[in-house]
Amino acid sequence: MKLITAPNLPDHDGFLAELLAAHRGLSDAESQALNARLILILANHVGDRETLTEALDLARGR
Amino acid sequence: MPYDYKPLPYSAPPGLSGPEPRHRVVVVGAGPVGLAMALDLARLGIASVVLEDKSSVTIGSRAIVWSERSLQLFARLGIVDQVMARAVPWSIARISHGDEEIFSFDMAGTAAGRFPPFANLQQYHIEDILIARALAEPLIDLRFRNRLTGVDPDGTGVELSVKTPDGPYRLSADYLLACDGARSLTRALMDLDFEGEFYEERFLVADIEMEADFPAERWFWFDPSFHSGQSAMLMPQADNVYRIDLQLGRLANAGEEARPDRVIPRIQAVVGPDFDLEWVSIYTFQSRRLAEFVHGRVIFLGDAAHLVPPFSARGANGGLRDVENLGWKLAAVLEGRADERLLDSYNRERVQAADENLRDSARAASFISPAPGVERLFRDQVLALARETAFAREWVNAGRLAVPCIYATGAPDDLLLPDEARPGAAAPEARIGNGWLLDQIGPGPTLLAINCAAPDGLQIPTLSVRADPTLRTRYLGDAERALYLIRPDLVVAARWVTAESRAVSAAIRAMWEGRE
Ligand SMILES: Cc1cc2nc3c(=O)[nH]c(=O)nc-3n(C[C@H](O)[C@H](O)[C@H](O)COP(=O)(O)OP(=O)(O)OC[C@H]3O[C@@H](n4cnc5c(N)ncnc54)[C@H](O)[C@@H]3O)c2cc1C
Repeated sequence: MKLITAPNLPDHDGFLAELLAAHRGLSDAESQALNARLILILANHVGDRETLTEALDLARGR
Repeated sequence: MPYDYKPLPYSAPPGLSGPEPRHRVVVVGAGPVGLAMALDLARLGIASVVLEDKSSVTIGSRAIVWSERSLQLFARLGIVDQVMARAVPWSIARISHGDEEIFSFDMAGTAAGRFPPFANLQQYHIEDILIARALAEPLIDLRFRNRLTGVDPDGTGVELSVKTPDGPYRLSADYLLACDGARSLTRALMDLDFEGEFYEERFLVADIEMEADFPAERWFWFDPSFHSGQSAMLMPQADNVYRIDLQLGRLANAGEEARPDRVIPRIQAVVGPDFDLEWVSIYTFQSRRLAEFVHGRVIFLGDAAHLVPPFSARGANGGLRDVENLGWKLAAVLEGRADERLLDSYNRERVQAADENLRDSARAASFISPAPGVERLFRDQVLALARETAFAREWVNAGRLAVPCIYATGAPDDLLLPDEARPGAAAPEARIGNGWLLDQIGPGPTLLAINCAAPDGLQIPTLSVRADPTLRTRYLGDAERALYLIRPDLVVAARWVTAESRAVSAAIRAMWEGRE
């Protein structure tokens, strides 16, 4: 496994609040668009194909 | 001036008045692929008969974008000067979302400089040039208005039935090369499946003639206001003719949409009122191929073997890659220099290439016409990000333009040498002295010795060169010297930083056996 599944994010509570705040007041379509952009931005930042496949698998519950 | 479709010459073939001697090679289809095939074989000393049903060159521009690799083949076939005299070279592609350009990119850096990465010329001009060259070639017997109607293969050859304006006749050949296009009759007569996908999306393609000073670039729009919700493309061709492609959406009625009163307003919205409409066609995306390209003595090439959406210059260019892959192999088999099994490597390598083309064109198709829902969501958000960030531009897929496939091979390699020129890849072009490297390779296999001497006792022509900066980047990388074994189709067969003659001989043998 290359994907980090142990806690790794400082101020995780702060991040979740920031994420939700970013969605506040958006329509469903706008929220979906924001999420899509965020996934693309983060995927590029991660920059590792294997890690991304593992992340996809985890998200799909495999 | 609209293109003048002159009738092609016909004369009664000898087979009408008595049996013809058995031919080594019959090519069916004188499109770009069949014509280039006959010329490549002639260059290697192999005679062929070419059967072609039609009586003029192809109607409409059809394939217009010729890649650097195809221009290199045209150079070997002796027609590149005529092609470049008419063609429109280009390297810049611009992408717009809505009415605003979001970015552009220049592919000039991918070419070595002898030829541009791409040159545009209508397929009818290319066919004209190829036909003139073939008619002047004594080893080619080109027969227009000769329609293949029957194919009867056995283990050692093929019996053919042909129809002409003066009646039918029969031919026999050692090999039949089926270059008879997307609706290949050879494929149908042999009952072979054409596997893959059809897309429901319809596209309108039009040639217009106008006096305009659009730059020689490829322009692509996602969702422009002049064609809302769809995509559009504009590219220049020779003689003030421009190509326009307009996405029409799923299940548009092809017959209706091709009517001038429907087409002209759509084009006016792109370029304004001053143009003449020369040709219109409606097409659907298809990604299909034969399971196998070699069926005993019948071998398929070009659209007869594989069919891709035309957005990425993969159709005709892919067919020309088939030609150069097969030519030297078939010539060697016919002359007894190689076993027939060498032809299996044509099948293996070109199926790999077709699969890459099919995969890439399916990806382009889903980006250009995303399914409603999540496909559309991500497509639109990639475009939104591409305006500001470089990384998102890499995802924008308005048809990735064709690059030659790198054939899978386990041939000798050295990791010090650059990836670009690894075994299985197209040998990169480089300037040497006042000429060009690839001009000095062939027609047979060649050993390229850079900054070193070739090992003694090898029965193969050697080209010894000193590395200058481009040769160094493209062929040496971190090494001081290298030996490259280059196939007749200008594909790298194997390479070493240092090698003994035994290793090189083994690689030469593997090449002639078509080993993976
Ligand atoms: C509307 C349209 C637009 C296109 N646009 C592009 C583009 O922009 N870029 C691109 O790369 N590609 C494009 N293509 C595809 C491109 O034209 C083909 O990939 C290319 O022509 C394939 O060459 P070919 O020689 O294999 O087949 P073809 O050019 O189709 O040639 C086949 C030949 O075989 C002949 N033939 C068929 N049956 C028989 C028979 N029984 N006996 C004798 N002769 C026969 C035909 O008359 C024809 O001349 C387009 C195609 C179409 C239809």
